[in-house]
Amino acid sequence: MSIAITTQFICFTVLSLVVIIGALGVVLLESIVYSAFLLGGVFMSVAGLYLLLNASFVAAAQVLVYVGAVNVLIIFAIMLVNKKEDLKPINDIKSRRVISTLICLTLLSLLIRVDLTNVWSLSSPQNSIGEESTIRIGEHLFSDYLLPFEVASVLLLIAMIGAIVLARRDVMSKDISTGLPVDQELIEKSSEPLLTNKN
Amino acid sequence: MNLESIPLQAFLIVSSALFCIGIWGLLNSRNAVRVLMSIELMLNAVNINLMAFSSYIDNNLIQGQVFTIFVITVAAAEAAVGLAILLSLYRNRVTVDMESFNLLKW
Repeated sequence: MSIAITTQFICFTVLSLVVIIGALGVVLLESIVYSAFLLGGVFMSVAGLYLLLNASFVAAAQVLVYVGAVNVLIIFAIMLVNKKEDLKPINDIKSRRVISTLICLTLLSLLIRVDLTNVWSLSSPQNSIGEESTIRIGEHLFSDYLLPFEVASVLLLIAMIGAIVLARRDVMSKDISTGLPVDQELIEKSSEPLLTNKN
Repeated sequence: MNLESIPLQAFLIVSSALFCIGIWGLLNSRNAVRVLMSIELMLNAVNINLMAFSSYIDNNLIQGQVFTIFVITVAAAEAAVGLAILLSLYRNRVTVDMESFNLLKW
C-alpha cells in the first residue's frame, strides 16, 4: 500500500464515522439546535466523501446548496418556531419505538446483505477521467440532459413562488371598517389557533 | 477488482446506514423540523449511492454525478417548500408537534 492509498483509507474512515455519528446525533439529540448544526457537519463530511470519489464539482455544489442554503434555512425555521412546549405523552410510545427500530434494523441488514453479496460489474481502471468530471458534467447538462436542466429551472421558480405564497401572512395596514391603523404586533400569539384541535 | 483502493461496498454500507438512520428519525421525531432534517439525511444517502456507482461502474460517462446535481436541486426546492408549509402550520396550530397535525386522521 502506498502512502496515498493509506491516506485515502484514513480519510474515508474518519469521514464515514463523522457521517454516521453525526446522523445519529441529528435524530437522537434532545435539542433541535444541536441537531441542526450537526446536520451541517454531516453535509460537509458527505462533500468530503464526494472529493474522495474524484467529484470536485458535486462536492462544491453540495457545500454551496446544502450547507449554505438548506442548513441555513433550517436554522432560520428553528429560530422562527422554537417555542418551549410540553409535548403530550403518547401511551404506546414504547411499542412504537421498538417496532420502528426493528423495521430500520431489518432494512439495514437487508441493504448491507445486498451490498456485500451482489457482484458489481466494476469498470477498470477506476476513476479514469478524474479532474475532467466537471467538463463532462457540463457536456451532459447541455446535450443529453438539456430538457431536465431546463425543467429544473422552472421547478426552482415554482418552489420559490410556492414558498413565498405559503409563508406570507396576509395583514392589512388599516382596519377595513374603521380605517384606523391595526396593531400588527405578534398576531400569531394573540389570536386563537384557527384549526381547533379535537382532543 | 482493484484491491489497492477503497472498495465500492464501503461507500454502499455508509449510505445504507445513513438511509436507515434517516428513516428512523422520520418515524420517531415529534418535532416537524427534525422530520425535514431526516428527509435531508435520506436524500444525502441516495446521493452517496449515486456518486459511488458513477465513480466505480460508470466512470467514463459520469451520469450518476449529473443525477446527483438534479437530486440536490430538487432537495433544495423541497426544503424551501417544506419549511414554508411548516411555518404556515405553526401559524395555525401554534405548535410543531407532529402528533397534533391529525386533521386527516379518521
